[in-house]
Amino acid sequence: MLDILLERFNYIPIILLMMTGLYVVFATGNLVKRLVGLSLFQTSVFLLYITMAKVFGGQPPIIAEAHGEDHAVAAAGHGAAAAEAVLYSNPLPHVLILTAIVVGVATLAVGLALVVRIREAYGSIEDDALNTADYSRDTGAAG
Amino acid sequence: MDILAHLLPAGIAAHASVLLVVIPLILAPIAALMPSGRIAWAISLLAAILVALLALVLLGEVSQDGVVSYHLGGWAPPLGIEYRVDALNIPILLLVGFVGLLCTIYALPSVADEIEPGKQPMFYSAFLVCFTGLLGVTITGDAFNVFVFLEITSLSTYTLVAMGGGKDRRALTASYNYLILGTIGATFFVIGVGFLYMATGTLNMVDIARVLAENGHTRVTEAAFAFIVVGLGLKAAMFPLHVWLPNAYAFAPNFVTAFLASTATKVAFYILIRFLFSIFHPDVSFVAASFTWIFAVLGTVGMIVASAQAIFQTDPRRLLAYSSVAQVGYMMLGLGMGTKAGLSAGLLHLMNHAMMKGALFMALGAFALKFGVRSISSLNGLGRTMPVAASAFTIAGLSLVGVPLTVGFTSKWYLILAALDRDWWWAVAALIGSSLLALVYVGRMLMAIWMEAPPAHHGKAVAKTRAPWAVVMPMSILALANVYFFFNADPLVHLANAAAEAVMGGR
Amino acid sequence: MNPHLILRVVSKLLIPIIVLFGFYVQFHGDFGPGGGFQAGVIVAVGVILYALIFGMEEARRAVPPAVVRYGMAAGVLLFAGVGVATLLMNGVGEPVNFLDYDALHTDQGHHTGQHYGILLIELGVLFTVASVMLAIFYAFAGRIPDLPDEDW
Repeated sequence: MLDILLERFNYIPIILLMMTGLYVVFATGNLVKRLVGLSLFQTSVFLLYITMAKVFGGQPPIIAEAHGEDHAVAAAGHGAAAAEAVLYSNPLPHVLILTAIVVGVATLAVGLALVVRIREAYGSIEDDALNTADYSRDTGAAG
Repeated sequence: MDILAHLLPAGIAAHASVLLVVIPLILAPIAALMPSGRIAWAISLLAAILVALLALVLLGEVSQDGVVSYHLGGWAPPLGIEYRVDALNIPILLLVGFVGLLCTIYALPSVADEIEPGKQPMFYSAFLVCFTGLLGVTITGDAFNVFVFLEITSLSTYTLVAMGGGKDRRALTASYNYLILGTIGATFFVIGVGFLYMATGTLNMVDIARVLAENGHTRVTEAAFAFIVVGLGLKAAMFPLHVWLPNAYAFAPNFVTAFLASTATKVAFYILIRFLFSIFHPDVSFVAASFTWIFAVLGTVGMIVASAQAIFQTDPRRLLAYSSVAQVGYMMLGLGMGTKAGLSAGLLHLMNHAMMKGALFMALGAFALKFGVRSISSLNGLGRTMPVAASAFTIAGLSLVGVPLTVGFTSKWYLILAALDRDWWWAVAALIGSSLLALVYVGRMLMAIWMEAPPAHHGKAVAKTRAPWAVVMPMSILALANVYFFFNADPLVHLANAAAEAVMGGR
Repeated sequence: MNPHLILRVVSKLLIPIIVLFGFYVQFHGDFGPGGGFQAGVIVAVGVILYALIFGMEEARRAVPPAVVRYGMAAGVLLFAGVGVATLLMNGVGEPVNFLDYDALHTDQGHHTGQHYGILLIELGVLFTVASVMLAIFYAFAGRIPDLPDEDW
């Protein structure tokens, strides 16, 4: 058990963040706090992907090119570099996570814009007040 | 079918897969910059027409070649992103394209009535982004690309639903709840894709299937399956993950509801089928178990419970939204049978339901344009005052119940046949039971429309009035399609059968 | 003495450096960590800092909301436009697929087309992300009036 935990230690903060975020989402009555919980939950997913990309003993996935040298030297340099295999960390999850981060930022922006409009329309951002306002008079009258 | 492939010159037709997604994407920011809503509407209409045309071209190509594969950026899969059209997603592309076109025509008077003029260009831009996202989800062959387009769709949907806040402030809380639940669902989906990537090392759908078939399943892939099913089930409004749908459909602008009810859940259902059948093979034990114990059971429960909830609603749009949840239950039951007949029946119901709900919500929008719809009593007597819209509503409503001579009967018939094939008598009972429940709630509305006194102004009945032609035309086309495709059921049945054949391969 | 003097002087020194760093990150996306999204956020942060220190009115004069609106659209159109250009141009000598940057330049040995393509699309991403961040800030901050100095 202990060696599994030590080997896969990256999953511990991931799971902690994920569960904390989800708990905040359904336990809080405040709309902004709910969005914060959602952001926590999404952050755990970023951690999941990035820690998955790590290769122990791997270089950062950046190819050092020889610029400004003439073609012969550059070709020889390339040939020599290609002869010894270099271990790189996986760059694909990094790109996936960039996309996911952008999605998370956009979601947060739309959510906060909705909270601002809800605050202007209802006067409150607490769940209880919103529920009473919406459902205590279910005649469908516009607010 | 072959002439369809030659509708456009070969140079353009070769890129039809990517142009389908790129054209609405390019027209969206252009529409946002337009000074008036009408010009933005014209741009949306242009996008919808081009997309429908390209979908027809792709139909022709798929009929000829079987699979159309497009490599984005010239990078060959599995390294590059691939857009892949086969018999399973071509019906969905056609559906989204044509329903999008009809809804865009419908949008002109509806949006002018419900959205303030300064916001209309942005509204149409958001609609075009949603359109792009739906088409992208359907056409892509890369698992993470699905997440990207799914979120593009969802974010624009939250915005579109919230635009109903001008008329009813409950649209704002509905959109917020949809945002929270939708983001959780999409994040679960991306966790599942992450686990799949961890296990297989690739993101291309065909390649994942190949690696899974070679190496078998581990706990990682089973966990991936669970996360993906929950995430996509939430987007498809599978019971009990449907709680966002009634409020979101009830308070959004009428055009948005008509469009989303016909496309958004269908696309999510399609991508669920793609993951269940093309990536995780149905022969694997836990996948087969999920069919019987998750999809069939939850589909049946959803059918009955959501139909029962619909009966007690006072707001007609909320009633139809609960009815949509019940119809998704039918599709899930068809999926859960795990046979080609069941899957084909589910897909047939998917296409028919889009026509039914599209017509119903468009008719309600026509009523709302002229009279405002707040509760079922607002529909009183509209059969005499707005006969065209009321007839469209009636035809589509009877189709929802499954009355013979309408297309709803066809899909329920095929579902019952598939259930009998499997000896699932309880499923047949559930199908008939929920149809009876549907009769109750549709009957309530039809009685209000045809049997109550027409709306009166100072004691005198209001004169007969008709919604603008831009509303009447798409509504009538969809309503008459319900009847037409009953008598001419072969095209749809053939599409559904070909789709089921493509993923199940003769089992 | 103006209570915000230190903040104003320091930020006037720092904002150009922030924007410069943003461009550094932008052009480094081709070789290392960086790229359009990060650079766009950094550039937007420069303008937001200016708005926080000097007030919304000044910021709106420096970067008008109309520029922001057009920037959002321009970035998306630039990215998609590069894709359409690869469909139309023919640097490889044969028709290629969407976003195949090799079509952009005839020099295939050094993959110059790839470099041009990446530079252009990252530029598009920079425009869009910076404009969107600014638009979000303008939309939120513009709803509540600025606190006058006496109320601090």
